[in-house]
Amino acid sequence: MVTAAPPMDPTPASQRSWWRRNQQRVTPWLFLAPGMLMFLVYVIWPIFQSFWLSFYDWDGLGEKVWLGWANYAELFDDDAFYTSLWNNVLWLVLYLLAVPAGLGIAIFLNQTVFGIRLYKSLFFFPFVISQVVVGLMFSWFYAPNFGLFYKLIEWLTGTGVAVLADPDLVTYGIIAAGLWPQIAYCMILYLTGLNNVSPDQVEAARLDGARGLRMLWFVILPQLRPATFIAVVVTVIGALRSFDLVSIMTDGGPFGSSRVLSFYMYEQALSEYGYRMGYGAAIAVILFLIMMVFISGFIWKMVRDEQEGY
Amino acid sequence: MKTALKSAFFCLAASALMGTTAMAQQRTLTYYADFDPAPLAAFEAAIAEFEAANPDIDVELQNFDHEGYKTAIRNFLTADAPDLANWYAGNRMAPFVNSGQFQDVSDVWDENNLHETLASAAASMTIDGKQWGVPYTYYQWGIYYNKTAYEQAGVEVPETWEEFIANCEKFKAAGIDCVTTGTKALWPAAGIFDYLDLRTNGYDFHMDLTAGKVAWTDDRIKATFAEWAKLVEPGYITANHAALDWQDAASLLIQGKAANYVMGNFAVAVFKDGGMTDDTLGFMPFPTINPDVPRAEEAPTDTIHIPAGAKNVDDAKKFLAFIATADVQTKLNEALGQLPINSGSKVGDDPFLQAGFELLSTTPGGIAQFFDRDAPAEMAKMGMEGFQQFMVQPDQLDNILARLEKARERIYK
Repeated sequence: MVTAAPPMDPTPASQRSWWRRNQQRVTPWLFLAPGMLMFLVYVIWPIFQSFWLSFYDWDGLGEKVWLGWANYAELFDDDAFYTSLWNNVLWLVLYLLAVPAGLGIAIFLNQTVFGIRLYKSLFFFPFVISQVVVGLMFSWFYAPNFGLFYKLIEWLTGTGVAVLADPDLVTYGIIAAGLWPQIAYCMILYLTGLNNVSPDQVEAARLDGARGLRMLWFVILPQLRPATFIAVVVTVIGALRSFDLVSIMTDGGPFGSSRVLSFYMYEQALSEYGYRMGYGAAIAVILFLIMMVFISGFIWKMVRDEQEGY
Repeated sequence: MKTALKSAFFCLAASALMGTTAMAQQRTLTYYADFDPAPLAAFEAAIAEFEAANPDIDVELQNFDHEGYKTAIRNFLTADAPDLANWYAGNRMAPFVNSGQFQDVSDVWDENNLHETLASAAASMTIDGKQWGVPYTYYQWGIYYNKTAYEQAGVEVPETWEEFIANCEKFKAAGIDCVTTGTKALWPAAGIFDYLDLRTNGYDFHMDLTAGKVAWTDDRIKATFAEWAKLVEPGYITANHAALDWQDAASLLIQGKAANYVMGNFAVAVFKDGGMTDDTLGFMPFPTINPDVPRAEEAPTDTIHIPAGAKNVDDAKKFLAFIATADVQTKLNEALGQLPINSGSKVGDDPFLQAGFELLSTTPGGIAQFFDRDAPAEMAKMGMEGFQQFMVQPDQLDNILARLEKARERIYK
């Protein structure tokens, strides 16, 4: 403006433009709009599309044929689905070991000795490398005839165990590979958490005679609650969407014994021998519902914490 | 004066030149393919030859990664189809034929007498009495063996299945795996099954099975698995094969830790890279199990098709006719290290190619494509998983067959 503005707008409120009146309320929505649009188009809409597709038989090319609940009926009568579901449960339970293991390493590394930064970064290293590389390293580690692990077992017991060829062991083998980077991730979360532990409280507890496990359980851990929460969330979600390692290390084999739901969904809908879009979508819906249980649990907890003012 | 004349002449020449380019109307022919480096070079040479013979056609070859192509083809056929596309014969092309994505090229076959020259692959290119593409190469399957391992165990190359099994016992005693395989990618297991079924029940039965006309719980299938059990139960097959890639198993054969490998001829390059020579590497047809069954073989065929959405169909058909000729197929397959389909083509000097040519051209029973090309994709996947499981858990046979039968009833409606 060229002339100096008057200190107050002389026009009465009713005569001001709509934009002027609602600026404060509208601006946040304008800023949110691009993100919300993306979220609607690329997340919300595909979710409903998956639901809708799961009632059809479709190969991705030809006509869609309405099936109703037939895909689900078949799914609940499908051994491969139960194998995948069971493996998902195993993943979920065993993957959570990363949380205490990460905590242990974080506490161990939370000290001031010469070169501790180097040690910390070495421990963090597995999280930095790609899952594909982790998968390859572990498949060579387990490889029959020349793998380190195979050789070690052979040396100890006389006969080697090819973990990835054994239908009973294969999922455990892959989870072990997955734990390696996940522990590093939890460790880094706890290391930052430990920086914020109040030294006064530790001091006070020490005066009161707390030490060792009691100190950890009653003084340190409560202060690490935010870190624990995030570690559990990322680990649970990581376990449910585990896909890369299965795909790299075994391709779901031997004969499908290491499949997880996300991999089975991919196999049915998109792999070379698949293209059952409807059936794949039905698996996706089941996986989504399982995830929803956890996600709504987490959100509920977050909301409750906020209300309680943590 | 002289310079003026000269410049006038140049002008004339230039305009004449421009005239010819304008008149020639270069037509482009887009071709999507999935070649490995060696075949790519061979095809580029063939394309150059085609362009020389048809100066008004410009072939634009776009090469895809082999595995990525299998996914990409579904997208580009519907979205932006090229004029030519690579694919495979047999049931593998059925989804595209049935959904109207490939064009009928029977006229190319009729006009160029391909029914006669490409006779050995005609059946696998035909659906509903029409031909849907042109094959340019195939290769034989069979048993590749380590001659040194045979000497070490002191056994002869077998003719019949009984001899083969008897040999296995001696191999085991010598600490050598009789049969090796690497089923991490599943398909090597299908090679063994195909041959056992072709030798036990014959070509027609095998085709009925892959076409979904026979129940998996049929006694004849059980007979096939009973023959297989003769290898599995005594432990004549490499342990941990489920964690091995086919190349890992190939190195076991190269090192002499395994004697026999049911494989396709493409494996010869791997064996020779590993140091085997014509003196140590042998090839034999899969031994006879039931002498009353005419010998059938397995020879996957690679093909070129015209998508329904092609823009330049006339030139695409010209290209197909060109690829089908004896001379072109000779040159292509020399570079591919595989067998030409045209009966007038020459086969390379390589003893394994010669053996394969001999084997396939004298096959009385019929030529199968391979389990994952003869059976629909879903059935193939389920089946190959079952074969792998049988080789690990032979006691689960009844469950496996029941599962496959359930899948059959669903897949072939």
